[in-house]
Amino acid sequence: MTNSIAEFEGADCIFIIGSNTTVAHPLIATRIYRAKKNGAKIIVADPRRVHISEVADVYVQQKMGTDVALINGIMNVILEAGWHDQAFIDERTEDFEKFRKVVAAFPPEKAAEVCGVSADDIRAIAEIYGRADKASLVYCMGITQHTTGVDNVKSLANLAMLTGNLGKESCGVNPLRGQNNVQGACDMGGLPNVFTAYQPVTSSAAAEKFARAWGVESLSTMVGMTIPAMLEGLEGGTVKAMYVLGENPVVSDPDVNHVKKALEKAELLVVQDIFLTATAELADVVLPGVSFAEKDGTFSNTERRVSRVRQAVTPAGEARQDWWIIQEISRRFGYAMDYASPQAIFDEMTTLTPSYGGMTYERLEGDGLQWPCPTSDHPGTRFLHKDKVARGKGLFHAIAYQPPAEVVDAEYPLWLSTGRVFAHYHTGTMTRNSPTLDAEIEEGFLELSAEDATQLGIADGEWVTLSSRRGSIEVRAMVTKRISVGSVFMPFHFIESCANVVTNPAHDPICKIPELKVCAVRVEKSARTS
Amino acid sequence: MGAPINYRTVLTTCTYCGCGCNFFLEVLDGKVIGTIPCKTSPVNEGKLCIKGWNVHEFVQHEKRLKTPLLRKNGKLEEVSWDEALDFTATRLRQIKESSGPDSIGFLTSAKVTNEENYLLQKFARAAVGTNNIDHCARL
Repeated sequence: MTNSIAEFEGADCIFIIGSNTTVAHPLIATRIYRAKKNGAKIIVADPRRVHISEVADVYVQQKMGTDVALINGIMNVILEAGWHDQAFIDERTEDFEKFRKVVAAFPPEKAAEVCGVSADDIRAIAEIYGRADKASLVYCMGITQHTTGVDNVKSLANLAMLTGNLGKESCGVNPLRGQNNVQGACDMGGLPNVFTAYQPVTSSAAAEKFARAWGVESLSTMVGMTIPAMLEGLEGGTVKAMYVLGENPVVSDPDVNHVKKALEKAELLVVQDIFLTATAELADVVLPGVSFAEKDGTFSNTERRVSRVRQAVTPAGEARQDWWIIQEISRRFGYAMDYASPQAIFDEMTTLTPSYGGMTYERLEGDGLQWPCPTSDHPGTRFLHKDKVARGKGLFHAIAYQPPAEVVDAEYPLWLSTGRVFAHYHTGTMTRNSPTLDAEIEEGFLELSAEDATQLGIADGEWVTLSSRRGSIEVRAMVTKRISVGSVFMPFHFIESCANVVTNPAHDPICKIPELKVCAVRVEKSARTS
Repeated sequence: MGAPINYRTVLTTCTYCGCGCNFFLEVLDGKVIGTIPCKTSPVNEGKLCIKGWNVHEFVQHEKRLKTPLLRKNGKLEEVSWDEALDFTATRLRQIKESSGPDSIGFLTSAKVTNEENYLLQKFARAAVGTNNIDHCARL
């Protein structure tokens, strides 16, 4: 997030697009409710009538995978009406002209044809967002999990820059990070192209700095593989071994039948986890790590706040600290590591990571610290891009609409999107082993509209077969008004009705995110009755 | 009079979503029995969602992995830590030597701590010599 969670309360307008906020980020939804109470206008755009839309001043149901068209339409109206912030554009951005031309050619009527939102609604959104003093954008994986994920995000950045809603309190571009420490995993260099704090592996200066600190002659300056590339490598035989720490790709990744086949080809599969997940079942060696309640360390949340994690109980059985396991493997592998505690690791990390440079466990007591926090007297940063955009000038991108990788046809006539439910988390490793939560929702379901249900002869609660070009699953139907005619939705938490058997692994060419939010499917009545 | 109960609360950060709510885990005689939201937390200000209120339930669940497992004759069998760690390190070393560092891939985790993420990417880059490290940021 460019801004902070508490700042939502001070916004005049919050535009939520592709975020099921109440379900996936409940305590951020609380702030949005407070903002509403304080007088903020709330706009929600989502192909599914998510719960937060109940408080929206304007709710629109765009067709799946048409976000660029919707946003370009909104920006067209803003430019036409003169609600853009010319001073901000002139002083703090570049490449505005190219962008303006693309948007100028995309009036709301044209946008409406693509995204299914009426031109009047597009004008209403443009007016509320464009005229607000402090307008905040909130998005989540409804925006990113597309083959045009990067285009979608850049379009939102365009919208914020166009209206000068960047670098000040209670506005900005605010992606809600899904996992508790996905921000931290990225910050720590858990990506194939960067060391900590996004220092590129291709930079010889960065590689030399880390090589020196880590006591090795040199480090690879070649960008490594992303998850999809590793899976392809396993299939093609170039990747022989996988070490999986606390992830469950056999349930979480698109086209899981294919994922499973790839992992089965590994000569060595190491899985370190707290439960015997579907991925661990395939492993050659399973290393029992510990849960958050059994360890010390830090997590970095969606607003870049680094907070302490403290050990409350001793590890289950023979389970060992995850850092200890890595250190022991490294030692036996032939590379010495000798940390006495997570704190010792943190202290080394901060010397190599400018945005965490001023942090110590002592300073994290209390409220934690938000990065960038480069020096020991720096108070941390509530919002980014103050006075000046971090890269120098904010870069406008001219982006034209492109359809999803797979579109509906006679054989697969319905659009499928996947997502989350309030009681469960990701692949269910933790929540499905929590009796209270599992009792709330015990099995998967497929949401479909009453119209489609009638046409297919399916009643609420009946079993259906859901098929795509990747595979088929059996799941119970849930007839609901949340979803529009022609679309279906299902949660991906439940391995018994594993949504990711059918999802499309097609991914964004730049960031490699899979198109989990849209693919073409067929629904048929199943013979199964229980 | 029986033995005095041993009750403690430990302030920590939630393991579920990216909000990063703070709460106290309640520990009674070594068991995690509940959560109390932290009123002074800048994130959740004394509130929690249903997942946060019940986050203690899986921690000491009977199905937790408690021993290292190694596949022998097609089946995962319980082994000692020494055997599991030696096997892992030896196999990684052999594969690096026979097929090169880039034949090994690492998935680090959005669920583990910063310290653990830092350490795994250090192991991948400094010890194994590959940048093949990624995680579920996109899922």
